Amino acid sequence: MNAIETHSLVRKFGELTAVKDVTFDVRQGEIFGFLGPNGAGKTTTINILCTLLNPTSGRATVNGFDVKRQRTQVRQSIGLVFQDPSLDEYLTAQENLKFHAFAYNVPDTEQRIEEVLKLVELWERRRNQVRTFSGGMKRRLEIARGLLHRPRVLFLDEPTLGLDPQTRESIWQHLLEMQKKEEVTIFLTTHYMDEAEHCDRIAIIDYGSIVALDTPEVLKAQVGGDIVTLEVRDTESASRELVERYNLSPRVDSGVIQFEVEQGSRFIPDFVRGFAQDIRAISLRSPTLDDVFLKLTGRAIREQEGDNKDLIRAHMRAWTRGRQ
Amino acid sequence: MSMAMRGIYIIWYRELLRFVRERSRMIAAMAMPLLFLIIFGAGLKDSMGSLAPGVDFLQFMYPGIIAMSVFMTSFMSGMSVVWDREFGFLKEVLVAPLSRSGVALGKTLGGASVAMIQGILLLVLAPIVGVDLTPLLVLKLIPLMLLLAVTVSALGILIASRIQSMQAFQMVMQVVVFPMIFLSGVFFPVENVPVWLEVLAKINPVTYGVDAIRQLFITTEGGLSVSLFGHTMGIAEDLAIVTAFGAIAVIAAMWSFEKQG
Repeated sequence: MNAIETHSLVRKFGELTAVKDVTFDVRQGEIFGFLGPNGAGKTTTINILCTLLNPTSGRATVNGFDVKRQRTQVRQSIGLVFQDPSLDEYLTAQENLKFHAFAYNVPDTEQRIEEVLKLVELWERRRNQVRTFSGGMKRRLEIARGLLHRPRVLFLDEPTLGLDPQTRESIWQHLLEMQKKEEVTIFLTTHYMDEAEHCDRIAIIDYGSIVALDTPEVLKAQVGGDIVTLEVRDTESASRELVERYNLSPRVDSGVIQFEVEQGSRFIPDFVRGFAQDIRAISLRSPTLDDVFLKLTGRAIREQEGDNKDLIRAHMRAWTRGRQ
Repeated sequence: MSMAMRGIYIIWYRELLRFVRERSRMIAAMAMPLLFLIIFGAGLKDSMGSLAPGVDFLQFMYPGIIAMSVFMTSFMSGMSVVWDREFGFLKEVLVAPLSRSGVALGKTLGGASVAMIQGILLLVLAPIVGVDLTPLLVLKLIPLMLLLAVTVSALGILIASRIQSMQAFQMVMQVVVFPMIFLSGVFFPVENVPVWLEVLAKINPVTYGVDAIRQLFITTEGGLSVSLFGHTMGIAEDLAIVTAFGAIAVIAAMWSFEKQG
């Protein structure tokens, strides 16, 4: 049995279709990433899978339980770390976990709380109120809480959003360590490309649809070789030469030309010697998931931060109001 | 323990824990009734004279102030729902394998318990006001306060379950809570007032809660008690009205929580 199975999931908010016909499976024990820009439908998908939202149509099971008909079983068998903090700041770390343990009917509460707090290195701070914690500590505490009741799937919605790079790195170390220790399946969403590299498999989602799904390596191999970035005085004639003489497909982005070639390190020396245009700078790198996204959608992932999200938020608000 | 019981217990427990944590809230909640009692009481006592044989204005207002403070604190349990929504904790509650009705009931009982503590604290002032407190009186008072507290808590939670922001809830407080308090006979008897005022007061269920509590303390003579269609209400009749309203509020609050996303 797969940890998560979805079949033709659709979710509409009024006119807006946030999730369009999404089908995928998550295997037991893997780290599965949902990668896409803000507003692509990642959070909506998570909310459907964790029973906070009903799909407009389609099916989904988590740990074999139907998300529409077996909500309680689904809830009992999953852990959640939301995008926005969901701790009681006026309670201590320990009290927050006790609340959770009781709500999920955890048998060996005391022992288990100690276990998870030590896992995220917050045992020493257990008696402190959460409002005295830093952003990274709060996130760690939420991860510990998500694991407390031994869920078989842990959902993480943008687990490192708004944290500085160092803290993000340390959160990931904790996540990987705990994934090994607890043998839990992880489903996470992110719009950080480097973060997606930690995943066993990634689904790239854009405007509510999955545009690609595979391991990071295979996805990157799709780009077809290495990425060459070229700075020249006259981008137009340089582009023309790249197309006509080298049979490449260059893209121009803010005055810089980019193209893909196989075995870039062998290509460059001859190219630099033979290219008719004046080269100011040239660089070579291996493809990243950013390039995969660019290739699949024609846009860079960071271009649309904000706009889409605000749109969805506005729709969500209007929708919740209308519904109540 | 069943899912419903677990929800009721853990939510109730957290409300109390939060109350103990935030002592400033306790002090703030005590300040207003005290202010009313001291300023209105001292200011109006002499000019109002006796309202009925042996009942001065302070003695008349004191039971009302107890009811008012129970009302205010209970209604604030709705604020805690909005607060939880704003700070994200509501999500943790809503995705937990707990029964939603249980959660609503737990919130209601939690808010009511906090209001009871507040109401009982106000009893300390009785000697200053010139009211004799007998153990029997206190014993009768507690279930009355509890009934009012549960009713109003449920009302607050019902309203809060449909509200997204703190600002909106504060606005509701302004337009719902204050009129309900001022039109409940806390500050003046609702007999012998202009008809429109009398009608508004008598469709306000809080009026009967205030009246029931007041009847424990002072006489019903001289139009100090509420009458409905020429009939002076007894405590039992007052309670019947509050209970009916309370039952509707509790059921509606539970239903509304079941519908939460």
